[in-house]
Amino acid sequence: MADTGEGKKEEADYKRLHMFPLIRHSDMPEEMRVEAMELCVTACEKYATNNESAAKMIKETMDKKFGSSWHVVIGEGFGFEITHEVKNLLYMFFGGSLAVCVWKCS
Amino acid sequence: MPGKELHKRKQSIIGQFPRGSKSIIRRRDDEGGIELGEGADEWTQAKTLIKPPDQLDLTDAELKEEITRILTANNPHAPQNIVRYSFKERAYKQMSVVEQLAVHFTLCGNLIFRDSDEGRRQSLRQSTMSAVVPVTTSFVVEDLEEDVELKEDTSQATLMPAAPEEQEEQEQEPEQEQPRPRLIQERKLTNQFNFSERASQTYNNPIRDRACQMEPPPRATFSANANQWEIYDDYVEELQKLEKSKEKEKQKAPVSKKQDKTRGRKLTSLESQSDDITKVAKAAKIVERMVNQNTFDDVAQDFKYFEDTSDDYRDNLGTLLPLWKFQYDKAKRLAVTALCWNPKYKDLFIVGHGSYDFVKQSRGMLLLYTLKNPSFPEYIFNSESGIMCADVHVDHPYLIVVGFYDGNVAIYNLKKPASSQPGYKSSAKHGKHTDPVWQVKWQKDDMDNNLNFFSVSSDGRIVSWTLVKNELVHTDVIKLLVEGTTVEGPEGLQLQTIGCGTSFDFHKKIDYLFLVGTEEGKIYKCSKSYSSQFLDIFDAHHMAVDAVNWNPFHSKVFISCSSDWTVKIWDHTIKTPMFIYDLNSAVGDVAWAPYSSTVFAAVTTDGKAHVFDLSVNKYEAICIQAVVAKKKNKLTHIQFNPIYPIVIIGDERGHVICLKLSPNLRKMPKEKKGQEVQKGPEVEIAKLDKLLNLVREPAAKTSK
Repeated sequence: MADTGEGKKEEADYKRLHMFPLIRHSDMPEEMRVEAMELCVTACEKYATNNESAAKMIKETMDKKFGSSWHVVIGEGFGFEITHEVKNLLYMFFGGSLAVCVWKCS
Repeated sequence: MPGKELHKRKQSIIGQFPRGSKSIIRRRDDEGGIELGEGADEWTQAKTLIKPPDQLDLTDAELKEEITRILTANNPHAPQNIVRYSFKERAYKQMSVVEQLAVHFTLCGNLIFRDSDEGRRQSLRQSTMSAVVPVTTSFVVEDLEEDVELKEDTSQATLMPAAPEEQEEQEQEPEQEQPRPRLIQERKLTNQFNFSERASQTYNNPIRDRACQMEPPPRATFSANANQWEIYDDYVEELQKLEKSKEKEKQKAPVSKKQDKTRGRKLTSLESQSDDITKVAKAAKIVERMVNQNTFDDVAQDFKYFEDTSDDYRDNLGTLLPLWKFQYDKAKRLAVTALCWNPKYKDLFIVGHGSYDFVKQSRGMLLLYTLKNPSFPEYIFNSESGIMCADVHVDHPYLIVVGFYDGNVAIYNLKKPASSQPGYKSSAKHGKHTDPVWQVKWQKDDMDNNLNFFSVSSDGRIVSWTLVKNELVHTDVIKLLVEGTTVEGPEGLQLQTIGCGTSFDFHKKIDYLFLVGTEEGKIYKCSKSYSSQFLDIFDAHHMAVDAVNWNPFHSKVFISCSSDWTVKIWDHTIKTPMFIYDLNSAVGDVAWAPYSSTVFAAVTTDGKAHVFDLSVNKYEAICIQAVVAKKKNKLTHIQFNPIYPIVIIGDERGHVICLKLSPNLRKMPKEKKGQEVQKGPEVEIAKLDKLLNLVREPAAKTSK
């Protein structure tokens, strides 16, 4: 699918089309998931160039809202295996190139 | 000497003692009395100010004048300038610190601390005396004694040297000291304030440790790899999904849009809402029915158990007891144009809403009510054109065929009620009628087991519709032509007047035979096999035939009603009617009762329902009852329930009223002694035949 020979227009289309947040995996309850997703979007848009700040912001806000011990990973490429508390995991893509993993484990 | 001395002292003490104590007591009493008196005065009398004689008389202004006085801790009499000689500086110097303390009054106390030397001495002295005089005095008295003693001592000192005696005493006393102190100690001082101090100590509760461990919150592991190509792939997949779902929506949308442009949006929103409710729909329905059963409990009781006992005295006349009234807000102004009981569920019936008024045609509605829920319809279908007729399939009670005012016919499927659109509908290219469809009726499945039904319309056609592979295929069965009315048109054209069919009914046993009533008042007896010819034509009425119905028991008899105020009963083999009843108003509908061959009911436009039982009275109705109050409101349709003794009557305002037939209206042949009660269709046929025979002969005579 990912042809390397895409035209510029297609690339632009791709960028535009792939802006939306895509939840890859989540076992959160509906309300929490939506809130967390929106938070991730806000953070990633606010710190578009600094993933660390974005992750920090997400972590701190989640700690405040849903109790402590949240962990956040943001990056364009990484592998992970985590242990998380059930119903407290969100793994989503955003902006076409970012992967955000948010989970709680104390 | 010591004895004398003691005696003397004793005397003096005795002499002094009562006086002193008395005076003290009196003084105290006085003080108390004064205080009491003052307090009482304050309560009883108003205060009068007593001025000292030398008080200055001041004017008000002077009185109001504020004079400030500052009180200081300085002694005004203290000298301000004390000068002392300072040896250090060898000169007189003024003292900076001046003593400000001024002593105005001093009084030496006469209390002695008990444990002090003096106190001990005194108590010793007393103890020697206590052997003679019991001491029951307070501390104060003791002190006084001391005082007196001291005075005596000084006075005696002038008379005799007291010192050696004193010393003697002191010397003697140590010897006696050993036994005496006990006596002194035994004497207890009474507590003036009745103060008591108590204390107790209780055991402390033992301290225990408790601990428990709860299960840790459940955890799970999750692992994934995030990299650009995976992210990309997921996005693409998601987008494709979205596109697919969009396409699906589009595919659905055009159908609803074509038929329901205006309501399209509302419907989709409604559908999405209903999706959420579906989970509890069944429970909600049960609760709704329970609530209704509760609110309409009395009606339900009437429906099941009430029998009008007054019928016994009414001489074969009967009444109709109104039970539930069915109405739906959105169908308020729409006339009831069709009524039909469901053949499978005996409590369910269909109501078609439309309009009989040629000028005021609007939308239509198909509602299904159940007796179990009189407050709200079970199913609701909207249509753009008014519904004129409806019928339920006997074998598939979920299939409802309806005829519209615009000439279309359609089949609604209750199994797919979500769409609110008919499952199948005729269209202009598929041979729809050009005039309102006045009646539709399901037929038995044809040779290929296809569903099929007939429809009749004012355009003169009777059409058979067959459902072949989800499509309605039409065949014209017959065209109603009025014989001998061919009109010569211009240019040699031959125009034929067409009979406008308004109603039809199919024979219960003879499959091909059916009757068609027309607007001209004629009734055609037709066969499905001959499309060009009629088996018979009855000159039945002077105005449009509103309904024709075969008798459910007797295969030869049918009934017809018309707007010319009459209801006629026919034998299809005889051209003249058997019975004619004039109801004094246009008759909207007539229906045979399912339980007796001789009972039928008709409704008229003046709002009355008429019930006849030919076996009871051949000439008049045994019940004429106004069903609706207003004269403007017309009754349009009536249907008997197949098993319960109730009828439903529809009116022009969109209401459907359910009425219960009183016992006289459903009278069965009385039991005769020693005779078996015969039942079944044969008996019913015989009963009607007997009646008809009375009429047939004179009719046959007249026809001769």
